[in-house]
Amino acid sequence: MLRKLLIGTALASGLAFAAHAEDVKEVQMLHWWTSGGEAAALNVLKQDLAKEGYAWKDVPVAGGGGDAAMTALKAMVAAGNYPTASQMLGYTVLDYAAAGVMGDLTETAKKEGWDKSVPAALQKFSVYDGKWVAAPVNVHSVNWLWINKAVMDKIGGAEPKTFDDFIALLDKAKAAGVTPLALGGQNWQEATMFDSVVLSTGGPEFYKKAMNDLDDASLKSDTMKKSFDNLAKLVTYVDPNFSGRDWNLATAMVIKGDALVQVMGDWAKGEFHAANKTPGTDFLCYRFPGTDGSVIYNSDMFGMFNVPDDRKAAQVALATATLSKSFQSAFNVVKGSVPARTDVPDTDFDACGKKGIADLKKANEGGTLFGSLAQGYGAPPAVANAYKDVVSKFVHGQIKTSDEAVTELVKAIDDAK
Amino acid sequence: MSTVATTQIKLTPEHARPRTSVRGRLQDALPKIVLAPSFAITVVFVYGFILWTIYLSFTNSKTFPSYAITGARAYQRLWNWTFDTDPPSSWYTSITNMGIFGFLYILICLALGLFLAILLDQKIRGEGVLRPIYLYPMALSFIVTGVAWKWFLDPGLGLEQTLHQWGWTSFHFDWIKNKDFVIYTVVIAGVWQASGFIMAMFLAGLRGIDGEIMKAAQIDGATTFQLYRRIVIPLLRPIFLSAFIVLAHLAIKSYDLVVALTSGGPGGSAWLPSNFMYEYTFKRNEMAVGSASAVIMLMTIVAIIVPYLYSELREKPR
Repeated sequence: MLRKLLIGTALASGLAFAAHAEDVKEVQMLHWWTSGGEAAALNVLKQDLAKEGYAWKDVPVAGGGGDAAMTALKAMVAAGNYPTASQMLGYTVLDYAAAGVMGDLTETAKKEGWDKSVPAALQKFSVYDGKWVAAPVNVHSVNWLWINKAVMDKIGGAEPKTFDDFIALLDKAKAAGVTPLALGGQNWQEATMFDSVVLSTGGPEFYKKAMNDLDDASLKSDTMKKSFDNLAKLVTYVDPNFSGRDWNLATAMVIKGDALVQVMGDWAKGEFHAANKTPGTDFLCYRFPGTDGSVIYNSDMFGMFNVPDDRKAAQVALATATLSKSFQSAFNVVKGSVPARTDVPDTDFDACGKKGIADLKKANEGGTLFGSLAQGYGAPPAVANAYKDVVSKFVHGQIKTSDEAVTELVKAIDDAK
Repeated sequence: MSTVATTQIKLTPEHARPRTSVRGRLQDALPKIVLAPSFAITVVFVYGFILWTIYLSFTNSKTFPSYAITGARAYQRLWNWTFDTDPPSSWYTSITNMGIFGFLYILICLALGLFLAILLDQKIRGEGVLRPIYLYPMALSFIVTGVAWKWFLDPGLGLEQTLHQWGWTSFHFDWIKNKDFVIYTVVIAGVWQASGFIMAMFLAGLRGIDGEIMKAAQIDGATTFQLYRRIVIPLLRPIFLSAFIVLAHLAIKSYDLVVALTSGGPGGSAWLPSNFMYEYTFKRNEMAVGSASAVIMLMTIVAIIVPYLYSELREKPR
């Protein structure tokens, strides 16, 4: 009896082994795009891969959010059980690459011409030590204003070109009895807005020095103090109930016309689309005043792990499909972001998307494409979170003056470095 | 006859051991065998990981654990943050919040639970209906409690909005949006959830008190207040111990309540040490600092619970 069982087990494992020797026609994907629009966008990729004969398998994540997914990924990698690819953000890719668990897609990259078509600023995160380790899926940019057009018409406002224009516009809304600025008082939203304020106040050179290079002198400078003062001005235009609000509820305030404007990344456009609003007639998208010509970006990437040889073919197919022009266009039209390569035609995109694509191209060529510090593309997570702490404490009054804010910022960033 | 007597003596349990048959040995070892898996699991997953966490706190682990010991830098940083009061560092906020929350939560739960139990113990009608009403909040998860209270306390949605609609427009209650008061909303929600359970514990204790003692005291002329103050409450001492331990561990592990109720509060002002630990370990990739904060949490619990347990349990074998 026992012997029979042993033989059976040996046979079964032998069979399993034999099956593994051939290429596995399956991609295992860890991601947290499960909500309506995002899931639909990802479906395009699933279908593309199905055409080539690859099955798609989601790695289950309890809880659904990005944090839960990253915890799950950590456990999988620690156990040596790599997924084919995982949705990843910024420095996470580099952390895993430094730990030596990422694959190498350089051959595919050469063949597909990624070096030329993917913006250099993005390659900082998708290429490690000369090797392609991740496939960027999209480029989001955060220096946008989202404005309700009906409210804008009612108060007779025009596109603000400078920060002072913006303040004047907010005053008009206040006088008309509308909440001028819709903000969710969570640290990442406040810091995301502050990214734009710094770029607007100090200009592209300053933003790069302070927020990407973390240069002490710039962080301590009067320009930084001025940026905090400008942030303080903006915060006087939010409603008293803003603390702790989710970003999409703030967007809903603009959609419903309860508020005039939200400063948010272009994922906010998805909310407008979900409410059947069209750009130009229902809502307006402008660059944050004083930041036209520059783009503060963050990007979703598919990190490619160092899977066994029999799963590499599937990985290459996934990466190729991800950066194909057709998928880049189809996916980003739905997601609200712009393609991660600059040679994708913009025919299918709406007005905001077209502007986003043109801006990205211009910023890439002009060297004004910068990583968002709030979104984790300006510095490693420890620093980015220290920055979010300081901005949030300033907004909520634990830090009282811009002098103090600057001192705290330098201290917190040095401590986290 | 005498031989029969000796064999009978040999059959008594003490003399029957040691058994020689396999079955007999198996029977002797059975309790150990049954307990072994859970014992092993506890040793590895509780005490093993405590040691591992202590070890990690002395390394410079960032995103992943690294095993080279580099010193107590993580503790040094926490120590510095402890005195960063203006503006408050996240660690300072976390530990002061733990003090406020832990103290008020345990105190109010005990007081309210005892009070409700004494009222319910007055042989009132409808006790069978009232008891589960108070007890049911305990059946909810912290997440549900947190979200429900978040809506209830939100000035734009819940209590304040409703009272404004009813005409009391000067009513103002925005603690949940206020950096100085947000931790008290966590206390409110926590007390609402746990006090019913504490009440049930006290009620069981009250029912266990011998009626004769009460009668004797009444005959001696004790007032109701004296009766409770001098006799009933001292007799409930073991219940206080159990309730304290249940509440203390609930207070220290409250993580989800803060997240669901306040998502960290304005500028992180509602953080508890558990939030700090999770943020630093998993979001900021500073595993060493996260581990160090976990070790400090453990030490704090040990420092409070062990002397208390010792002083309470030592009197037992009198």
